[in-house]
Amino acid sequence: MKRFRTFATRAVAIAFDDIDTDQIIPARYLTTVDRTGLGGHLFHDWRYGGDGEPMPEFALNRPEAEGARLLIAGRNFGCGSSREHAVWALMDHGFDAVIAPSFADIFRKNALRNGLLPIRVDGEMYTACIEEAASRATFIVDLENSVVTTPARTIPFRIDPFARNCLLEGLDELSYILCHDEAISAFEASNPSGSSIIPPRPARRGR
Amino acid sequence: MPADRPRTLYDKIWDGHVVTEGEGGVSLLYVDLHLVHEVTSPQAFAGLRRRGLKVRARDRTLATADHVTPTRSLNIAAAGELAAKQLRSLEENCEEFGIRLYTMGHKYRGIVHVIGPELGLTQPGQTIVCGDSHTSTHGAFGALAFGIGTTEVEYVLASQCLLERKMGNLRVECEGRLRPGVTSKDLILALISKIGVDGGAGHVIEYAGPAVRRLSMESRMTICNMSIEAGARAGLISPDDTTFEYVAGREFAPKGPEWDRALNRWRTLPSDPGAPFDKTVSLDVSGLEPFISFGTNPSMAIPIRSRIPDPAAIADAVEREQVVRALKYMDLGAGEPVIDQKIDVVFIGSCTNARIEDMREAARIFRGRKVSEGVRALVVPGSEQVRREAESEGLDRVFTEAGAEWRLPGCSMCLGMNGDHLAAGQRSVSTSNRNFEGRQGPGGRTMLGSPLTAAAAAVTGKVTDPRELLRA
Repeated sequence: MKRFRTFATRAVAIAFDDIDTDQIIPARYLTTVDRTGLGGHLFHDWRYGGDGEPMPEFALNRPEAEGARLLIAGRNFGCGSSREHAVWALMDHGFDAVIAPSFADIFRKNALRNGLLPIRVDGEMYTACIEEAASRATFIVDLENSVVTTPARTIPFRIDPFARNCLLEGLDELSYILCHDEAISAFEASNPSGSSIIPPRPARRGR
Repeated sequence: MPADRPRTLYDKIWDGHVVTEGEGGVSLLYVDLHLVHEVTSPQAFAGLRRRGLKVRARDRTLATADHVTPTRSLNIAAAGELAAKQLRSLEENCEEFGIRLYTMGHKYRGIVHVIGPELGLTQPGQTIVCGDSHTSTHGAFGALAFGIGTTEVEYVLASQCLLERKMGNLRVECEGRLRPGVTSKDLILALISKIGVDGGAGHVIEYAGPAVRRLSMESRMTICNMSIEAGARAGLISPDDTTFEYVAGREFAPKGPEWDRALNRWRTLPSDPGAPFDKTVSLDVSGLEPFISFGTNPSMAIPIRSRIPDPAAIADAVEREQVVRALKYMDLGAGEPVIDQKIDVVFIGSCTNARIEDMREAARIFRGRKVSEGVRALVVPGSEQVRREAESEGLDRVFTEAGAEWRLPGCSMCLGMNGDHLAAGQRSVSTSNRNFEGRQGPGGRTMLGSPLTAAAAAVTGKVTDPRELLRA
């Protein structure tokens, strides 16, 4: 994962509540074995008509959306399916952060694991963000100081210190987890749920 | 852990699986059972390969093919080139890493959340994860089960652990008794319409109360399955004799002295009297009618004998706008009765409602009747075991004689990845879990209901109160 660095950008608002991951990336594009190349299908069925032509009124298709790295969405963003493809599609399209009043639990975790910053903003500050996005203001997203700055205001946000550190350092949680190998083995020796469940088959890889 | 502090079922499973407690409330949590399928795992296996890692606990990992599998033929090519590539990739990955796989043709293959319970893999007190949000289904056994993304699938394959922060406890107290023709699917739709699609966010839901105690394991699974539609990653039901009787004797269930030890352990799991919950919601189920969804998320559901909401009567501006958009998408008129709305397709299947009891319920309606002219009805069993059982009971003939299609097991039209999907503009009544825009196919319009409600719509060609057909 690359280190998260402060950036300046315009913002695109798709400010509906309860945007589910089926809208972010429809299921028919999940038949891939790669993480890349999903950006073209981001919000596919809102972005393109049945004839495959872009819908001119949809926010992502407007000229001012070009190059924007910040998405502003509504409450409970990313609800529904756990598909990480939703995060991959957002990032492949070029988004590095999302502002919303709240995020669905699984989506938020997937976002953090990939370096997409979920920024929780609600109330008047949230309304102001949408207004400023409409007036094409420049947003500065600064994770180090946990603050988003626009020409008109400074918007502090809260983030789990552990997640923040992982993003800033570009740290992979798996390396951290694997450091606990001894503790995991010790747990396995006394797991209250008992030992082996499934008779395994031989592996070609590994021990 | 002081023994005198009353704990919830969730607290007990959590406490029993913390490997290490880290800084800032982030704990390393051990995973007892990891279920894997073809759609959310290829990138995780690629990650292991890139890092040169192996699968840590092959005896706690099981894979099945379900999401993109064809339902007309065992030939994987029938689902299309990309789907076939994904299935071959799962087979290669499982062979390389030594993971037991139930692929096309295997007698135990089926939807991941149907086969875990029916094989006795799902057991009380476990932690269970899968790269699929409906992993919450397994919570019906008193197991802490939740969906994860693909990066976390890789973490669990490599370490059998996840970094987790403890969630809140939300108790849903279900009083009363469901009336005939009203099912656990109606109960969960009623609850989601009450608390909303993020009503359970940040929490694990425990479903409790006499109405839940009376339910069969399969009905309980339907409820826990849709916890995620209320925003809760996991739903739980304290295990009881109904649970133990269901698990006993199944393929991977403990046997002999191990069974006795397991049972003693499982009996300690239910939430202690007085255990603190962060939130409690009450639902009296005695007056419930069959529920059906009218909109584009599962909270937009109403009793089948009521009218489609009129946005003009909704005070909250955001909610009003949402309903306006939903009705436009669904092509339904504000204030009209939902009864008698015309439908094109019926889908009976999915991890929500494709178990043997669901098949029997649907057959009660189909028996001696015909699918309405112009309606297409698909019945897709949840697993090969469900398919065989249904066929041994003659249910497949009930469906086919009525003019419904009896298919091979898989996720099928719940999400339309395998070629089974709605055409643009078609309206379905579906026993699945999501009515999101385009969920069953681009431009498709989904109305969620129970197997009884779906079968009733199939034979009349319109939204129908199934109780009328049960009486007839």
